[in-house]
Amino acid sequence: MLPILENLWIIPLLPLLGSAINGFFGAKWPNKTVNAVALGSTGLSFACALEAVREFLGDYFPANHHAFVKPFFDWILAGNFRAGFDLQMDQLTVVMVLIVTGVGFLIHIYSTGYMAHEGGYYRFFSYLNLFMFFMLILILAANYVLLFVGWEGVGLCSYLLIGFYFLRKSASDAGNKAFIVNRIGDFGFMLGMFLLFRTFHTLDFSTIFAKAGPMPADGMGQFGTLTIACLLLFMGATGKSAQLPLYVWLPDAMEGPTPVSALIHAATMVTAGVYVVARSNVLFIHAPTAMYVVAIVGCATAFFAATIGLVQSDIKKVLAYSTVSQLGYMFLACGVGAFSAGVFHLMTHAFFKALLFLSAGSVIHAMGGEQDMWHMGGLWSKIKVTAWCMLFGTIAIAGFFPFAGFFSKDAILFGAFQYEHGGKILYAVGLTAAILTSFYMFRLIWLTFFGAPRYDEHHVHVHESPKSMTVPLMILAALSAVGGWLALPALWGGSNYFSDFLQPVMGSTEETAGGSVHTLELILSGVAIIAATLGLLAAWRMYAKGAKRGTSEGLHKVLYNKYYVDEIYQAAIIGPLVWLSRNILWKVVDAGAIDGTVNGIAHGAASIGDLTRRTQSGNTRSYAVWVIVGAIVIFGVIFWPVIHPVVFGGVR
Amino acid sequence: MVPTNYYLILSAILFGLGIVAFVFKRNIITLFMAIELMLNAVNLAFVAFSQSLGKLDGEVFVLFVIIVAAAEAAVGLGIIILTARNRRSLNVERVDLLKL
Repeated sequence: MLPILENLWIIPLLPLLGSAINGFFGAKWPNKTVNAVALGSTGLSFACALEAVREFLGDYFPANHHAFVKPFFDWILAGNFRAGFDLQMDQLTVVMVLIVTGVGFLIHIYSTGYMAHEGGYYRFFSYLNLFMFFMLILILAANYVLLFVGWEGVGLCSYLLIGFYFLRKSASDAGNKAFIVNRIGDFGFMLGMFLLFRTFHTLDFSTIFAKAGPMPADGMGQFGTLTIACLLLFMGATGKSAQLPLYVWLPDAMEGPTPVSALIHAATMVTAGVYVVARSNVLFIHAPTAMYVVAIVGCATAFFAATIGLVQSDIKKVLAYSTVSQLGYMFLACGVGAFSAGVFHLMTHAFFKALLFLSAGSVIHAMGGEQDMWHMGGLWSKIKVTAWCMLFGTIAIAGFFPFAGFFSKDAILFGAFQYEHGGKILYAVGLTAAILTSFYMFRLIWLTFFGAPRYDEHHVHVHESPKSMTVPLMILAALSAVGGWLALPALWGGSNYFSDFLQPVMGSTEETAGGSVHTLELILSGVAIIAATLGLLAAWRMYAKGAKRGTSEGLHKVLYNKYYVDEIYQAAIIGPLVWLSRNILWKVVDAGAIDGTVNGIAHGAASIGDLTRRTQSGNTRSYAVWVIVGAIVIFGVIFWPVIHPVVFGGVR
Repeated sequence: MVPTNYYLILSAILFGLGIVAFVFKRNIITLFMAIELMLNAVNLAFVAFSQSLGKLDGEVFVLFVIIVAAAEAAVGLGIIILTARNRRSLNVERVDLLKL
């Protein structure tokens, strides 16, 4: 059999083929054929990923003890710059590739049910497969340039899929917003790459990290080259992973179909920023200032987005802000140096947030397209499978033992608590955000599944979703429940399998916990569970009996309007920019300077032509005179050295 | 032997006559003859140089010029005949359709 590890390109190529086949030929095909292509390519890709992981962990790594890197072909060669199509496999890639292909495959299955009655079915799967291709390129890339290809590619697919219902103005606007806001972050990312190339003369991960390892670390508060490079990379990450201040596109991205929200805007693409930071951990530990910024931005986002999530009425908007908030946790983990905790949360979040989004999709499907939770209620007995799955996801995200979220969030908060630069404050804010998380998620549960129905029962026929949707839900629910158990032995002082597994990538950046620290960890775990319970109780008190729509005044109004951030951006950035573009760039620079130059040159040519056309008299003899004059001039020029002393010599 | 300069001076005089005739005459046939005159003035210079330098290159040139001139005469006379038929005139001033 073909060794997959030696031919890693197969893994991303399969979805690309699926995308191309469906995109070019799928328009006329029945849904079944499109399904076969889309599911076949992703399923095969998942199988190949499993095989590659088996080969890497089973044979390659025990023998070599370093990442598998293989150049496939040269892509850009210019002077001493080389960007190759190089793919790599290490423990971090193993985690990511399994999440992307595994969760991606489940979401593909789900989509066959969810999108069954939608127009543009082949187009949807073509985009979705294309997304898988770019995401796999992103995580398999062995240098920053190729990573950036995937990075931009997933951005493109995100744009296409957010604007999937492009006839709806709000959807195409949301797509544009996502694309444009990401440009800001990508600008920083590119500057970061340039700076890294200037410093290291290469953009290959292995070389950069090997060279950066022995370099002296910047001090806290110092802005050395590595600090600035890390901050620029993080700027890209804030765009892609929806952190303050560039998070505004993610809630709007919910205009896309729900499986897209689950796959791209919860489980995989938005975690690309976390992946980049975790991948560059060697650089980041040389830049404590950058780490500090990452931690603060992550912590602030976790809290900020959670507060907005408290009052949203759209079921998908709640989950969107929840995603922003959870991504904040991941950055908090990276910022305080607990990279493996960040990646751990990335993984568990991929499970439970994909689950939550897909369950929400199932609810929306059941309600015939209704997304407002105030028009739901009492659905528990009608869609039992969906409800149970959603409850599993909620328990997992709220952080109750022994669900996945408990272990990962606990590891993050523990890391924050131990951070020496104001870690206690970060911990407190993170813990508050955990209470809020628990609150808004159980609020969602109660509003959606309990209480009296608040919809017209004669018009809406609530029905459970088909098997193709519920089976992926159940698998994800199981993963959300057990996904965290990799870290289970750490509770009784054993080893955390997950961070041990990532040890070769994260290296010595994380110290192992000692005995007294272990007690602290247990106490903090207890506190975290108490926090989650507090949120649960608060939600129960407010929404279990007689849920009322909140009053629209005071803090509630500010939260409901998302702190007016969109309005502030509109007034402070977009408005002036549009004014500048219209009144200066368009009317002065474009119409005046650029058009003026072009038209001026044309007018000049025309008037010169007007003057010189008079020499074209049509009279043969005048032409003859010109010929003679010309001959005399040429004669004069050629024999100038002879003529010159003869004519002017006497005068001198 | 006649000095080379004499030939050259004769050649220059013939060439100048050709130019003057070409510029100041109106009859197309006269213009045509003026061109022939200039060509032959140049031929004369070539032959003179060939003689004085003792090389045959100049005479080879002359043969070429005569051949080209013969071809040109054939084409040129054809054009003149057509012009005369179309315009009922040989006045070059009336052939000015290329004017803007």
